[in-house]
Amino acid sequence: MENLRYELSTTKPAGGTRATALVGVVASGNLEVLLERGEAADRCVIDIATPAHGFADLWQAVTADFAARSAAGGLRITINDGGARPDTVALRLAQGVRLMEKPE
Amino acid sequence: MQPAEILTSLFPAGHQVTEEAGLLAGSGQVDGQTTVDVVGITGKTYPGVDEALTLAGRILAIAARPDPAPLLFLVDSGSQRMSRRDELMGLSETLAHLAKALWQAERAGHRTIGLLYGGSAAGAFIATALACGELVALPGAWPEVMDLPSMARVTKLSVDVLKEKAATTPVFAPGLDNLFATGAIAEIWDPAQPLSEQLKAVLARPAAGDDRARWGLDRGGRQKAATIAQEVERLALAHG
Amino acid sequence: MTSPSPANPHRSWYEESARGRLSHLLDAGSFSEFLGPQRRELSPHLALFNLPRQFDDGIVVGAGALAGRPVLVAAQEGRFMGGAIGEVHGAKLTGLLHAARQMKRDVVILFDTGGVRLQEANAGELAISEIIRATVQARAAGVRVIGLLGGRAGCYGGGSLIAGCCSALVISEQGRLSVSGPEVIETNKGVEEFDSKDRALVWRTMGGKHRYLIGGVDLFVADDVAAFRAGALAALDRPATLDQAVLAAEQARLERRLARFGDAADGTEVWARLGINQPTDVPDMDLDAFLTIANRQREGADAAR
Repeated sequence: MENLRYELSTTKPAGGTRATALVGVVASGNLEVLLERGEAADRCVIDIATPAHGFADLWQAVTADFAARSAAGGLRITINDGGARPDTVALRLAQGVRLMEKPE
Repeated sequence: MQPAEILTSLFPAGHQVTEEAGLLAGSGQVDGQTTVDVVGITGKTYPGVDEALTLAGRILAIAARPDPAPLLFLVDSGSQRMSRRDELMGLSETLAHLAKALWQAERAGHRTIGLLYGGSAAGAFIATALACGELVALPGAWPEVMDLPSMARVTKLSVDVLKEKAATTPVFAPGLDNLFATGAIAEIWDPAQPLSEQLKAVLARPAAGDDRARWGLDRGGRQKAATIAQEVERLALAHG
Repeated sequence: MTSPSPANPHRSWYEESARGRLSHLLDAGSFSEFLGPQRRELSPHLALFNLPRQFDDGIVVGAGALAGRPVLVAAQEGRFMGGAIGEVHGAKLTGLLHAARQMKRDVVILFDTGGVRLQEANAGELAISEIIRATVQARAAGVRVIGLLGGRAGCYGGGSLIAGCCSALVISEQGRLSVSGPEVIETNKGVEEFDSKDRALVWRTMGGKHRYLIGGVDLFVADDVAAFRAGALAALDRPATLDQAVLAAEQARLERRLARFGDAADGTEVWARLGINQPTDVPDMDLDAFLTIANRQREGADAAR
C-alpha cells in the first residue's frame, strides 16, 4: 500500500455542525472517504491509503483542486482507495463536504 | 494414527464402534466407569446432505437420552460435498442442523469432544469439528479452510507467493499449527501416550464457554478477535 | 406488503449499500453504530496482500428500532471484498450476539457475503463457528436472530451456515443461499455438474424462489427496502425456541425432504413434485403470482429450524 498525505490551504471553512461523515465503499474503482473536524479553519488535511503505487501526481492535483474550490477548511479527511479514477475521487470528496453540511 | 489404533487407545476397556458408508457410530469404555458415545466421519469422506442428516439423527438420539455420557466426534473428512444435488436439497440448512444438534447434545448434558485425526475443511469443518464443545487433535491432522492451490486460483496469486506469505502469519494457510495458533484447537494430543488418559483429563475439566478467541490472542494467531468482540459487547450493553 | 408511493418510493435492496439498507430499514434516527469508522478498527491482515482496507471492515453493527421495537443489527457490505468475513468483521458480529443474549434483545442480520475471507481464512472460519455458537446460545435465551437475504454477494459459504442457525429468514428473488457457490462447484466437479455461467440454473438451485418453495427460508419479499422491513417485522414475530423438540422436528422435515425430492435432477422437478402445474413458469412469475402458488404448495418449516 502507498500512503500519501496532503496538508492544504483552504479559502472557505467547512459548513454544518456534524462531527463526522462517511461516503463511498472500498471496491474496485471506488473509495471510502471519512471526514472529521479538528483542523485549523484555513486548512484541510487529506490522508490516503491506496494499493496503486506511483500516482502521487494525480492525488496531488485532485486534492489541491478540491481544497481550492470547496468549503473544506477545518476538515481532516481520510481515504481508503479501491483504485478509483480521479473524477470518482473528486465526486466522493464533494459528496463528503455536502454531507458534512447536513444535519446528523 | 489410524481409526482402529485410535479406538483401541481411547477405549482400553473395549468398544463397539462400527463404520458404515464413511460414518462411525457406537460407544466405547474408557475405563470401568466411563462409557463414551462415538460418532464420526472417516476415510476422508466428503459429507453431503445424506451424511449430515445421518450424523445429526444419531446425535439428537444421544442428546435425548437422560444419562450424561460424553460424546466423542472423530473427524477425518474432506470439505462438504460440492454438488448440484446437495445444494438443491439445502446443504446449508443440513450442515447448520448438524451444528445445532451437537450444541443440543452439549446443552443436554452430553459433553461433545471433537477429535480431529485426519482432514477437515471448509463447511464440513465448521459443522463437525468446530461445532463440538471442545476440539482436540492428533499430530498429522490436517484442518484447512481451503487448500493452497484452490486459494491461489481464487486470489490470483501463485502457490509460491502464498507460501511466502504464509511463513509470516498463521492466519490463512492450512495446517494444524496454524489452526492451533488461531485458537481452533484446545490441545494437541500425544500419540505416544494412552489416548484414554488424555480423554479422561479433558473430561475431568469442567465444560467452559467459548474460549477460542482468547486462545488465539494468547497464542498470537488472532490478536484482534477477542478484544473487538468484547468491545462491541460492552458498547451494546452500555447503550442499552 | 407495502406498495411504493411518493412517501415511500421503491428502493432496491439489491442496489443499496449496507449503510443505506440500515438507514431505510430502521426507524428514522434510531440507529447508533458500535465501533464505527472513526474507530478505525481495520483488518490487520490485508496489508500483507496489498489490499485496501475499509474502516468498518465490511460490516456495520449497532442498535436501532423497527416500528418502535428495539433491535441489534448487523449489515454486511457485499461490495467490500465480496462481503467476506475476516477477523474484525466476524468479531463485531460475535460481540453483538453476546450482548443480545444478555440483553434479551432481538437481532437482525443483513447478510451479503461470499463466506470466509481467504486472506484471513482461519480467522474467518473460527469467527463463523463463534458466531454460530453465540447465535444458538442467544436463541436458547429466547432471543430472535433473523436474517435478511437479498444482496449482491448472496449468502454463501460459512455465511450460509450462520443463516441456517437463524430463527427465521427473509429472502428476495435476487437472494442466493448456498454453501458452495456456482464457480466453486464447477471448478471442483466440472461444468457438467454445474455450469456457473448458467444464471437460470444458479437461481433454480440456490435462488430465493427455490429456497422459499423448499422451506429453506420463511418469507419471500420484493426487492425493496420497505418490503424487507415488513418481512423483518413478520420474522421477528416468529418463535425463536431452539430445543430438542424443534431440532427433532427439523430432523424429520429434512429427512422428508430428501425422501421426497432427493432424486430430483433440477429445481424444476422439485417444484413439479410440490404440485406446481407449470414449474418452468416459476422463474418468470411476478411476486403476487409466485406467492399465490408458492403459499399453497411450498414446504414450510413451522415448528422447526
